[in-house]
Amino acid sequence: MTARPVETEAVADEHAVLSVDNLSVGARHTPLLHDVSFTIGRGERVGLIGESGSGKSLTALAVMGLLPEGLQASGDVRLSARTPARRNLLGVGEREMARVRGDGMSMVFQEPMTALNPTMRVGDQVAEVMLLHRTQPSRAAARRRVVELLEKVDLPDPAHLARSYPHELSGGQRQRVVLAIALANDPALLICDEPTTALDVTVQATVLDLVVRGVEARHAAMLFITHDLGVVATVCERVLVMYGGRIVEAGPVQEVFADPRHRYTQGLIGASDLTGAEGRRGRAALPTIPGSVPPAGRFPEGCVFRTRCAHATQRCETLPPWVPRGPHPAGETAYGHACVHPAGGGTT
Amino acid sequence: MLLRFLHRLMVLVASVAAASVVVFAFMRVLPGDPARVALGINASEQAVAQLREQFGLDRPVLVQYLDWVGGLLTLDPGIEFVSKAAIGPQIADRLQVTLWLVVCAMVLALVLALPVGIWMAVRHRHWDGVVLSALSQVGVAVPAFLAGIVLISVFAVRLGWVPSGGWVVPAEDPVGFLQRLALPVVSLSLVQAAVLARYVRSAVLDVLREDFLRTARAKGLRPVQALVRHGLRNAAVPVVTVLGLQLATLLIGAVVIERVFVIPGLGSLLLDSVAKRELLTVQAVVMVLVVAVLFINFVVDVLYLVIDPRLRTAPR
Amino acid sequence: MSEMQGAPAAQVVTPDDTTPRPRGRALNPSLLIGGAIVAAIVLLALLSYVWTPWPPMRVLPVEPYQTPNAEHWLGTDRLRRDVLTQILVGARTTLYVGLVAVGVAAVVGVPLGILAAMSPGWLGQLVMRANDVLLAFPALLLAIMFAALYGGSTRVAMIAIGIATIPAFARITRSGALGVMKTEYVVAARAAGRSPLGIAWRHVLPNVAGLVIVQASVSFAIAILAEAALAYLGLGTPTGQASWGRMLFEAQTTLRSAPHLALIPGAAIALSVLGFNLFGDGLRDWLDPRLENR
Repeated sequence: MTARPVETEAVADEHAVLSVDNLSVGARHTPLLHDVSFTIGRGERVGLIGESGSGKSLTALAVMGLLPEGLQASGDVRLSARTPARRNLLGVGEREMARVRGDGMSMVFQEPMTALNPTMRVGDQVAEVMLLHRTQPSRAAARRRVVELLEKVDLPDPAHLARSYPHELSGGQRQRVVLAIALANDPALLICDEPTTALDVTVQATVLDLVVRGVEARHAAMLFITHDLGVVATVCERVLVMYGGRIVEAGPVQEVFADPRHRYTQGLIGASDLTGAEGRRGRAALPTIPGSVPPAGRFPEGCVFRTRCAHATQRCETLPPWVPRGPHPAGETAYGHACVHPAGGGTT
Repeated sequence: MLLRFLHRLMVLVASVAAASVVVFAFMRVLPGDPARVALGINASEQAVAQLREQFGLDRPVLVQYLDWVGGLLTLDPGIEFVSKAAIGPQIADRLQVTLWLVVCAMVLALVLALPVGIWMAVRHRHWDGVVLSALSQVGVAVPAFLAGIVLISVFAVRLGWVPSGGWVVPAEDPVGFLQRLALPVVSLSLVQAAVLARYVRSAVLDVLREDFLRTARAKGLRPVQALVRHGLRNAAVPVVTVLGLQLATLLIGAVVIERVFVIPGLGSLLLDSVAKRELLTVQAVVMVLVVAVLFINFVVDVLYLVIDPRLRTAPR
Repeated sequence: MSEMQGAPAAQVVTPDDTTPRPRGRALNPSLLIGGAIVAAIVLLALLSYVWTPWPPMRVLPVEPYQTPNAEHWLGTDRLRRDVLTQILVGARTTLYVGLVAVGVAAVVGVPLGILAAMSPGWLGQLVMRANDVLLAFPALLLAIMFAALYGGSTRVAMIAIGIATIPAFARITRSGALGVMKTEYVVAARAAGRSPLGIAWRHVLPNVAGLVIVQASVSFAIAILAEAALAYLGLGTPTGQASWGRMLFEAQTTLRSAPHLALIPGAAIALSVLGFNLFGDGLRDWLDPRLENR
């Protein structure tokens, strides 16, 4: 697995803010992500869903260049905005990558309780990202901007709050601060990794709303990782379904949720009470996907889902090809599935 | 913050008071008769009785204790049984010498341990990190006095660069002072540095795993920048704890090192007094050392408050 | 993730959300090397009871200050004694002092720690405060105080070291026991009216045993260091009995002519401390793989 330079056709779409092509990630002997390809356009919000251990977070970390030590990425990741000559980010050095992070693209993590430095005032933590990328001329200007940013994420008394320490804030407040950091330099791409999972239900909706408002105001592209299909339905326009380190289905949220093709997507939707929940309100009544996600690197050859799939046949032992489902402006990887026994409208 | 500081101060005062009771009870009540101990078993009953009367050892224990504490508070712990020499000035003299040793050794140990420990943590998956880590593990196992003996045999006996021991006052002979200071300080600090470096390593390793360091990277800080700006202050809390403990062991380690290098410090005074059975002196020196240890703990606790804002408000 | 209150409406329900990662309890190098060193010292000490190269503690009709040779593998000392024999017999003293000191500390410290954890009121506070005060008396200092009263001897040394080590055991036991006291089965046992002693014996003690064993290994190393220092100061094992610290002391006057007399017992001390430290570290990682690297 070596980085091969793909120069032209893969990045044909000039509107794409982020284009990921054939991204693979692995440890020395365990492949973890296989040939992940997708693009996100300006102002577009794309959801990435799947169970824990399917490779969602790894995708995000690979794009950010923040993979844990010992993992290697190959393929092609390009960011249109503010990257010199639209180079493959997987090839650039740490110094240059650091210039992109927090500026051209930024990320909100899952755990607001531990994402902030406990020994630094939150205002200073927000100001740091602006001073680092020199988007504010002076410390004083950055400090003024901090108050504006905190106000924008609906934090009460932002001037006072900027001088407090993280432990004096609630989880929801901390996540707003993290969001303010991520949006401080008006990034072209915002990646959110389950930003509301750790929050109380009552706070989740407001934080989601802030995320969407912040992204819309900047016309930024967003990659939104979650295992909560309801959140995807309200936040995103397009969805990518991931399992076993592969994208198994993709398409507009409405189409995919109303009429899933891949059996895994079907299972996911059946297991959430997105649809047909009228008769059964309790969670216990929900059907589950049989079996559990295999440990990393232990997914089967061929279709990664076949060991848990009721429809699996011998044909599934070879890797199912990507079947485009219809035309999509973002290319054929944006709408289709990889299943030889698809559910729903007809078999191809 | 102020409240927490005052609370710590009260704990310090209470601990010192408790320690004074322990020391007094141990040295004065337990053996029964310090005068007999001082004069030896061959002394006449009359001589012993005379000494007891002279030092007020025939008074009630509580009176004796209050008298002793009063003496300590006025920095006058009395005179020796046999020589009648004043104890206070001796301790003051010797303390200076020991402080030179301990402070220099601590500074040297820190200067060595911080970079090495951080390096071991950052490179813990690489061969150099592993080798350094193994070396530090060996360093921890070498007692300071053994390091001292080895250093003497190489630098004093074989090479003859420095004297093998003794002491001169820095103002009189600065070069001779530094020559005599070098080996004991190095032998004390090498071992301390090994211990400290291991703690620095593990504290930095813990911090490297923290989410907020990933946030810092996501902001655009390079790994080293992220560690320096966000990591080190957080790693400082466990390191400061160990620093306090190490300073205490250093103080006690100096007792042995002074013996190795024939240095007239507090440790030598303690050991000489033990040999001479001068319990009053032993008692006073022990008290000085214990108060020093307790005071170091107090400083460490106050440092926590400075480093970690969470502790300033968190209830106990 | 699992600590959310009130799961959101549309959440994927899977039978097993957290993938269990199989973790082999591989023996780590620290445990193996440390264990080997400790085992070797124990075996050599036991060996010295049935066999030594020369009669122990005996002045031999041979040349003093011999360097290592075929006759005397580690040479002879000023008093014409065989160094290897002394090292073997000295291992006994080292282990004996370590065992008694750690034994005293554990027997007193562990119950105190459990008591402090199980009685949250003034009693627990008192125990821990007393512990903090005792912590201000390092082993060496306490041993010197004892020696001032009773003279130096192996017994005084090991009891002093043992007392000074009590706080370490009390602390580690308390922190472990506090965790156990919060577990559901202990809460249930208390609700069911089991006696505190029963709970301490049946639930708390078995759960802190691992911590205590690790602490014992680390304290053993500290005890060895303290014993050596005391013997070196002339406050521990007296002349006439084999002790590595004593050998060091006696060798110091002849550093120029016979440095090996200092280096050999020095190496023995360092090696055994290293062994017990590594063993403790390895044991901790083995008992709790999450604490790897610390």
